[in-house]
Amino acid sequence: MSPLLEANDLVRVYAGRKGLFGKAVPVRAVDGVSLRVNRGETLGIVGESGSGKSTLGRLLLGVDPAQGGTVQFDGQQLPEAGTQAWRALRARMQMVYQDPLAALDRRLTIATQIREPLDIHRVGTPEQREARVAELMRAVGLRPDQAGRYPHELSGGQRQRVVIARALATDPDLLVCDEPVSALDVSIQAQVVNLLRELQGDGRLSMVFISHDLKVVRNLCDRVAVMYLGRIVEEGPSEELFANPQHPYTQALISSVPEPGRALDSRVILQGEPPNPARRPSGCAFHPRCARATDICRGQVPDLIPVAPGQTAACHHVTGARATRAA
Amino acid sequence: MANLVEIRDLRVAFDGVPVLHGIDLDVRPGEALGLVGESGCGKSVTWLAALGLLPSKAKVSGTVTLGETDLSGAPQAKLEKVRGGRIAMIFQDPSSALNPVLKVGRQLCEALRLHRGLTGNDARREALRLMDMVGIPDARGRFSLYPHEFSGGQCQRLMIAMALAGEPDLLIADEPTTALDATIQAQILDLLARLRAEMNMAIVFISHDLGAVAQVCERVCVMYAGRIVEQGAVGLLFERPRHPYTRGLFDAIPRLHGPRTPLVPIPGTVPDPRNLPKGCAFQPRCAHARGFCQSERPDLLAQKDGRKLACAFPLPEGSEEVEREVRREGMLQ
Repeated sequence: MSPLLEANDLVRVYAGRKGLFGKAVPVRAVDGVSLRVNRGETLGIVGESGSGKSTLGRLLLGVDPAQGGTVQFDGQQLPEAGTQAWRALRARMQMVYQDPLAALDRRLTIATQIREPLDIHRVGTPEQREARVAELMRAVGLRPDQAGRYPHELSGGQRQRVVIARALATDPDLLVCDEPVSALDVSIQAQVVNLLRELQGDGRLSMVFISHDLKVVRNLCDRVAVMYLGRIVEEGPSEELFANPQHPYTQALISSVPEPGRALDSRVILQGEPPNPARRPSGCAFHPRCARATDICRGQVPDLIPVAPGQTAACHHVTGARATRAA
Repeated sequence: MANLVEIRDLRVAFDGVPVLHGIDLDVRPGEALGLVGESGCGKSVTWLAALGLLPSKAKVSGTVTLGETDLSGAPQAKLEKVRGGRIAMIFQDPSSALNPVLKVGRQLCEALRLHRGLTGNDARREALRLMDMVGIPDARGRFSLYPHEFSGGQCQRLMIAMALAGEPDLLIADEPTTALDATIQAQILDLLARLRAEMNMAIVFISHDLGAVAQVCERVCVMYAGRIVEQGAVGLLFERPRHPYTRGLFDAIPRLHGPRTPLVPIPGTVPDPRNLPKGCAFQPRCAHARGFCQSERPDLLAQKDGRKLACAFPLPEGSEEVEREVRREGMLQ
């Protein structure tokens, strides 16, 4: 079966600017990213701020126009943003953002807001819409008596449930979640993560889950793509990627997650900071921070190559050993 | 050894709504103490109140002593000498704590002049030393740059350098790594641990990230709804939590290793301080609560193993080991 979503060689360039009157410097926020999301699958996208993961999420939905590359949804080329065809398709692909308060209208009750996509896409009769709202609220764990509440009367976790209910209203095939639990407290975060897990349960919903929280990503995602400075540097099944990361950046990223019971000195602590996307280092963008970097890393951009079944990495130094074993 | 800071029965109310209900807390010289809890539990307010940094509408009572000095109700002049001098504080958002229109070198020199009386070349030399110490590359070349020319991680390093300017006995770090990327977070945690050892300075680490707390701290206080509910050595508390809330916090965090199972969330939400439940504040969300918990509030009492605990029906000691054994067997099969 063809994948639900397939992106090839996506490029998004922003015109950055140095100083008030400075010359425009092109910033390649997303630089040649290809990925696919199968039906019922959850793909995690991880990376630090500035890695382009949020931009990528918007490109996948066509909310932000790509300068290069193609997106295919359900075997069809994604229509141009703003067109009638694109609007109609958006009923099948929805987005959940990090800050639920900013995503909700303060002056509308939550029932009205959950209903809005149904009104916009003219789904069912008014009675059916009412029934659907009640059903959605139940599904995300909101009480029926909360229907008439306004966003400010709810807690952060409840607001995020409203946003998820609204995204699910049109029964979409694809949900793009951009840091949906990052603003929530630990105990509430677990409630929302479990809600998303339940949604995965019946295998009809595909998800792209963008987050910097590796622990949550590992818990939710089937496959994970690691981004660094606009490119995917490693991709693979969640289980294997976390157990056996190949790219030095993935290794450092996983090692940097503080876990109770693990001493500080056993961790790989990266030197330096992620470089400015406007001044991308030559060759492998990670080489200035990489302990294994050699001359080839400074000169040549590594391609994503298979390193294990279903797992690819873009690093000059993982080629030999693993590739022979994989072959 | 005498305590560096002693807080006794610290209470805070905003507009008549109590948010801190009597905190007793000691910080020993040179120790690293963690304060954990969810937003609104009072972990930051405790220290803002102790240092007299809350707005005047806040009603504060209780005593705070630093060595021989009584800070509670002390005049502003006296507090200002302590703040930044013997006790320094760093915050979550470093870029908003630095002055955007002053060069960072000048801001550092200002802190050195105020707290150590250094001026001119002495101040400059010391400022450069501090920048080196917190790991700003090319300190000399970047002395005359503005805060916006530094990244978030480097701004946090500069904030730490400024906090160190007064050679404090105690550094209060309020969510110092929350706004930073994972790899930078690891660097800052490493830096704090190193500085503490080098300067023999106590650290109070306020965070909601149990993992980060475990790596930096020796002792931990878990707070809920304006009270300390469990307190003890890091190993003890994290290996064998006995308060159902502490245990709940651990169960709610997804793991990086082992099987991927649904998380165990704590049901419900943190109570509204205007409308606290009767009895134990955690009781409506607690699976172990009984009738007694709805009427009586448990006090924070010392336990045999050295921890303090505020729960009428705590989890049995050693329960964690039994469960871990079961889990290990499950994984082997």
